[in-house]
Amino acid sequence: MFDLAWLIILLPAAGVLINLFFGPKLGDRRVGYMASAAVALSFLVAAWYTLRLWGLPAEEQVHTVTLWDWITAGSFRVAAALLIDPLSLTMALVVTGVGALIHVYSVAYMEHDEHYQRFFLYLNFFIFAMLILVLSDSFLGMFVGWEGVGLASFLLIGFWFDRRDDSYGYYADAGKKAFLVNRIGDFGMIVAMIAIWSAAGSLAFTDVFEAAEHGAFTAGAATFVCLLLLLAAAGKSAQIPLFVWLPDAMAGPTPVSALIHAATMVTAGIYMIARTHVLWHIAENAALTAAWIGALTALFAASLALVQTDLKKILAYSTISQLGYMMLGVGVGAYGAAIFMLVAHAFYKALLFLAAGSVMHALDGELDIRKMGGLRHKMPATFRTFLIGAVSLAGIPPLAGFFAKDAVLLGALAHQPLVYVVGLFTALLTAIYSFRAVFVPFFGQPRDRHLYDHAHESPSLMTVPLWILAALTIFGGLLNLPFVLSLEKWLEPALGAHDAPGLVIELIALTLGILIAGFGFVIAYAWHIANEQWPRRLASSVDSLQPALQNKWYVDDFYYERIVLPLRRFAGWLATAVDQKLIDGTVDGIGRITLGAGDRVRKLENGVIPSYALAIVLGVVILAAYFVFSI
Amino acid sequence: MSFSIPYLLSIITFLPLLGAIVVAVWGDDAAKKQTALIFSLVTFAVSLLLLVNWQDGVPGMQFLEEAAWFPEYGMTYLMGVDGISLFLVLLTTLLMPIAIYFSNLYVHEQPGLYLSLMLLLETAMIGVFLALDLVPFFVFFEFSLIPMYLLIGKWGGANRVYAALKFFVYTFAGSALMLVAILVVYFNTGTFNLLEMDGSRIAPAIQTWAFLAFALAFAIKVPIFPFHTWLPDAHVQAPTAGSIILAGVLLKMGTYGYLRFAIPLFPEAAARFGPWIAGLAVIGILYGALVALVQKDVKSLVAYSSVAHLGYVMLGVVALNQQGVSGAVLQMVNHGLSTGALFLMVGLLYERRHTRMLDDFGGLWQSVPVFCGFFLVVVMSSAALPGLNGFVGEFAILLGAYAAWPVLAVLGALGVILAAWYLLTAFRHIAQGPLTNPQNDKTHLPDLRRGEIAMLLPLVLLFFIIGLFPNLFLDKINPSVESLVQNPAIVMKVER
Repeated sequence: MFDLAWLIILLPAAGVLINLFFGPKLGDRRVGYMASAAVALSFLVAAWYTLRLWGLPAEEQVHTVTLWDWITAGSFRVAAALLIDPLSLTMALVVTGVGALIHVYSVAYMEHDEHYQRFFLYLNFFIFAMLILVLSDSFLGMFVGWEGVGLASFLLIGFWFDRRDDSYGYYADAGKKAFLVNRIGDFGMIVAMIAIWSAAGSLAFTDVFEAAEHGAFTAGAATFVCLLLLLAAAGKSAQIPLFVWLPDAMAGPTPVSALIHAATMVTAGIYMIARTHVLWHIAENAALTAAWIGALTALFAASLALVQTDLKKILAYSTISQLGYMMLGVGVGAYGAAIFMLVAHAFYKALLFLAAGSVMHALDGELDIRKMGGLRHKMPATFRTFLIGAVSLAGIPPLAGFFAKDAVLLGALAHQPLVYVVGLFTALLTAIYSFRAVFVPFFGQPRDRHLYDHAHESPSLMTVPLWILAALTIFGGLLNLPFVLSLEKWLEPALGAHDAPGLVIELIALTLGILIAGFGFVIAYAWHIANEQWPRRLASSVDSLQPALQNKWYVDDFYYERIVLPLRRFAGWLATAVDQKLIDGTVDGIGRITLGAGDRVRKLENGVIPSYALAIVLGVVILAAYFVFSI
Repeated sequence: MSFSIPYLLSIITFLPLLGAIVVAVWGDDAAKKQTALIFSLVTFAVSLLLLVNWQDGVPGMQFLEEAAWFPEYGMTYLMGVDGISLFLVLLTTLLMPIAIYFSNLYVHEQPGLYLSLMLLLETAMIGVFLALDLVPFFVFFEFSLIPMYLLIGKWGGANRVYAALKFFVYTFAGSALMLVAILVVYFNTGTFNLLEMDGSRIAPAIQTWAFLAFALAFAIKVPIFPFHTWLPDAHVQAPTAGSIILAGVLLKMGTYGYLRFAIPLFPEAAARFGPWIAGLAVIGILYGALVALVQKDVKSLVAYSSVAHLGYVMLGVVALNQQGVSGAVLQMVNHGLSTGALFLMVGLLYERRHTRMLDDFGGLWQSVPVFCGFFLVVVMSSAALPGLNGFVGEFAILLGAYAAWPVLAVLGALGVILAAWYLLTAFRHIAQGPLTNPQNDKTHLPDLRRGEIAMLLPLVLLFFIIGLFPNLFLDKINPSVESLVQNPAIVMKVER
């Protein structure tokens, strides 16, 4: 029934190959459309299978499609196989759906770029790898996609490989940083997989989880595994302590930020934890750790989003913060809610990034919001869609972001009230920075007349995807409407039954959520529109934090000065003092003593190898004779 | 073996020798180049018959050839191939035409002699992987030194004499001890024939010493930390084809030596020293990677990366379980392909720019995009990106190592972070960044030509084939490895 599901993955791969071999013949525009069509077709196939899966009873909604035996070594066997279930198809729909829109947007956005075709090559490759990640039926298969998207991310962040500016340094270095930080997480994933196989004797999801339910993992083993998986997720999903690569990743073209570094790839860690929820049930401490990592990351990144002046960087820290919410969600066991937020976030954050890209497109690459102002008159479509995205991000009902964040926070309130408090306070910050990102660039008077005069609305190839994403943002909340079209219910075959908290708790969470978002709006409005003094006084009360905030809480500096530099110095010391002087010096010394002691022997040291060889053979024969006869 | 040709192994082994003689005595330079290439290609084609006629699922030796040779001294001419040596032979016969073709393009000083030495070297290397009698094995093992010594010493870089001498004396010193051990084995068992040998007849104390002698000889060859310092010198000075063969094949003679001789002959001693060797292997993984990180010469960087990669192979070898050893055998092939390709690409760059310093490059993606595209794939293969070849071997090795020594395996896994670090550093310095040096722009730096792509293409295709369908290889490797790990001494009592 799902025998052709591999088509979902194959279509973007075909896009890559067509681009690689026939790109120059097709020409730029047609390559762009071809690449978009490949992803759109993939979306259609995924949608078709989703409908078929939808029609099946819940207990028949998990299917494995085996493609071939991949690796066999003794008792270690892994098949290349796909797992078709509500979770994997939901992810595939998001990846290909949002992906197709961003491809179309890029057709116009990347126009006149020198490496236009290469851009779509990478973009298709990314979709291909991401689909392997979400559709694989085993840890090892998922890991192929996991590192594949890392490679795509590396290539796309450093897409303008020869550029540098003050904000990012060399773009190529930003790409390298992303790959390396992710490799730290991947180390965790590799060790986790080894430990999982050692305990469960398989790496296929269904086998591992079945074994886990039958006690293959002790609490200690499960905690060990889950903490390693958490490290992997912290890398991919930019959580403490590995989030540092994501702000720099904004060096890539804006559609890349929207697709990879907001909507899809960075959510892979959340997906992976949800997918492995059976293990996290056994490892309660690891789950609690994940919840706190998520909550603190959300708070920490939101605090940084407040002070950024670069529009994309605001969105980048916002993404880290929102990923923190999702991490918090899976940490408290609200898997369905976290996936719901993942989907909704894909809509509104892709929308925000693309709208920011539209602004950037209009302002000749300018992203500093202090130079903008009044843009709503010049770019009405961009402004409206950005506003919709921001309102959703701020958590104002009835947009998707409100329901999603509410679902996650509700889970926290029911299970970890302390985590909930952190999440709620972060929601206030979220609303403030969201509206700041609307008010400063789009309202008020133009701050840079020259920029303002040249601003223009983007072409419809860009605004149509914006409007589609805006519609999804407005109506996305319906996805999880209780009793009607519940996403959480649909995901149950993959994520296990979710227990809805009581109505009272739900109402408390809803009310507090609305109030706090409204309060955030009021602060931002008073500050940036009404120009009142009290928000500034409020801000000045925490003035002592300013330097820390401006320096990103010194985390990057700390890593660079305390880890990277010392490690490099250590490596330099190894290369010179240890390798050259100690080890090689000893070798040379022994060689000199053996071959060059005394004047008489120097005659031998004339570079004529046979004489050395003769000497050694003689020595060996004498040694052998001694050995043999003495035995 | 129904439609196999007789004496297949001898033909594969000595065809290059015939080629070496023909190339040495006949024709002008152009003819010599053609002849050498044809001989290496025919050898490769003939070696593919091994695959065609392979009996799947057979753990023991196939295509056995035996002839009396000084029977009064217990010596035989005995050749055979099993799942452990099969792909090493094929790796050799595949890399050789590539190395020779590269030399045909870029070696101008006495190409005939050069190519003749290359073909001699091929005979020696294939002989090492096929010989099952200690005497012919040792002869091939030692003989491989001479052509490589001359290739480095005559066609190498500025400091070639020192590097060649060091290469020769260091490895020769190691194998001298092995010769003693071989004699000890002979006097204790009465034979040099591996298939008739019973290592348990050697007294335990002597076993220990004999194992250490073998282990040291092979450790220098691999090279295992801290016996590695000849390698960067040799690589940096060697001509490109020499580096390809040195990294691609010669180093595997060491790791193969452990699997074929040191471990089966002295299983108890091997088990006892296993943890120590594993410890050195893990040090090698981390140390090699860190030292690679700070190299300024890209060839030297790749050389140290070999120390790290061979550390993984050794870790798998001494884990002595199915995953570890199968992974190690596959990883020997992977390293040959990936590092061979890396040296090839460095060579292509060097022939264009006559420098290998990372600082002299930058922004080459602008001027030579095809080169950089290939370079990216090769770098990713070396960094063990899943989906490509290196990952399969490394992961299997780590699985095996974890079963034996969990802590060492976890430490070894840290190498994946460092590998990405030094490899991306090289890629960043060469392909990315602004193109500032006018020497690197389009007009001075031609992109890959068709013939050069033809050299890279088989390697890159194999990256994908091994990465996606490793069982094509593992199905042939696994049975031999299984019998080795279940009873290391069984190799000697194989049915014939």
